[in-house]
Amino acid sequence: MSTNGTHTTATTAPAAGGGPGTGPGERAEHGAGRGAGAETAVYLYGVARDLPPAALGETTGVGGAAVRRVSAAGLTALVSTVRLDQYGEEALRANLEDLRFLEDTARAHHDVVDLAARAAPTAPVRIATLYRDDDRVAAVLAERHEQFTQALDAITGRSEWGVKAYAHAEAYDSAPTDPEAEPGSGSAGDGGTGGGGVGTAYLRQRQAQRRRQQDATRHITAQAEAVHAELATHAAASRSHPPQDPRLSGHAGTLILNTAYLVDDEQVPGFLAVTAELDGRLTGIEVQVTGPWPAYSFIDTADTGGPRNAS
Amino acid sequence: MTVPLDIGRDDTYTASRGAGPPMERVALVDLLDRLLAGGVVVSGDLVISIAGVDLVQVSLRALITTIREEILPATLEEEL
Repeated sequence: MSTNGTHTTATTAPAAGGGPGTGPGERAEHGAGRGAGAETAVYLYGVARDLPPAALGETTGVGGAAVRRVSAAGLTALVSTVRLDQYGEEALRANLEDLRFLEDTARAHHDVVDLAARAAPTAPVRIATLYRDDDRVAAVLAERHEQFTQALDAITGRSEWGVKAYAHAEAYDSAPTDPEAEPGSGSAGDGGTGGGGVGTAYLRQRQAQRRRQQDATRHITAQAEAVHAELATHAAASRSHPPQDPRLSGHAGTLILNTAYLVDDEQVPGFLAVTAELDGRLTGIEVQVTGPWPAYSFIDTADTGGPRNAS
Repeated sequence: MTVPLDIGRDDTYTASRGAGPPMERVALVDLLDRLLAGGVVVSGDLVISIAGVDLVQVSLRALITTIREEILPATLEEEL
């Protein structure tokens, strides 16, 4: 970016749809600078509506570049310039395999979206969405106005909260036991009716143990469903994420619920109160809340073809 | 950045803390849950895909698999 470094590109939607080569000559010099040393592109973080001018402050985005806004069609895109030798197709292919790079990108992406989302309705855009220059971003705001507006309407006045529930050993112990599963009710031991001796006793014991495990699992599953049902009454929508590998989360216990809830602003206190109450009430069940998140999990647009169910 | 990796660090609200200051630093696993699942999908100018499959998705999944393999050998699969 060589010229007017911190400008805000307040482009109004080009009626022509921003096809390449159709614009005025200055076009190529605009936005992500061409010919300014390394080739660059424009990274799009998200799209906001009614974003206060001071909301972003001095925020930097991926690669440490200043975040700026591109406004068109009543929407504000949050963007920054990236180098193609880091974010071009070839480079990304390699870089995204690098955990450090991925983490930095994910966190920078999140920081920008999060900051905006705290100030105004903000629809996050998929990570690593790149455009040639600011004019192209402005054109996309106009072309996809409907899609963005729908996404924003769905999340305005709401925030996303993550709830994870872990079952610890006590939860399994507290599972009611099926009396039939009790080993050797009455006269087990030796020489029972079958007279099978040690072998039979062992098998019977194994069977009882397995049944107890099934009961415990059923009990825990029911607990998870109960937690979800109670939280759902305070939420506008919910979406479950796949269970996290304990090796990744580093958390003890069995993850029995990993769900995002879209909560109306005025419902938030009630929602949080329920999580705290459940955490205290259920034996051996730990309820953990994260949030508020930008509504990552509740963006449902025509392009995505409906809500994708995380298996 | 030279911050040590803290994939599962839980700087999260405890349920009792309630709505208040922003989360200080989110756990990467929680963030990846969301980045994998969400966001408006608009086609960018730079096509980043392998045979029609989003490269970002592919890489994230590959990465998660990699971390799993690195962090722990395949022991204690199903504890239930």
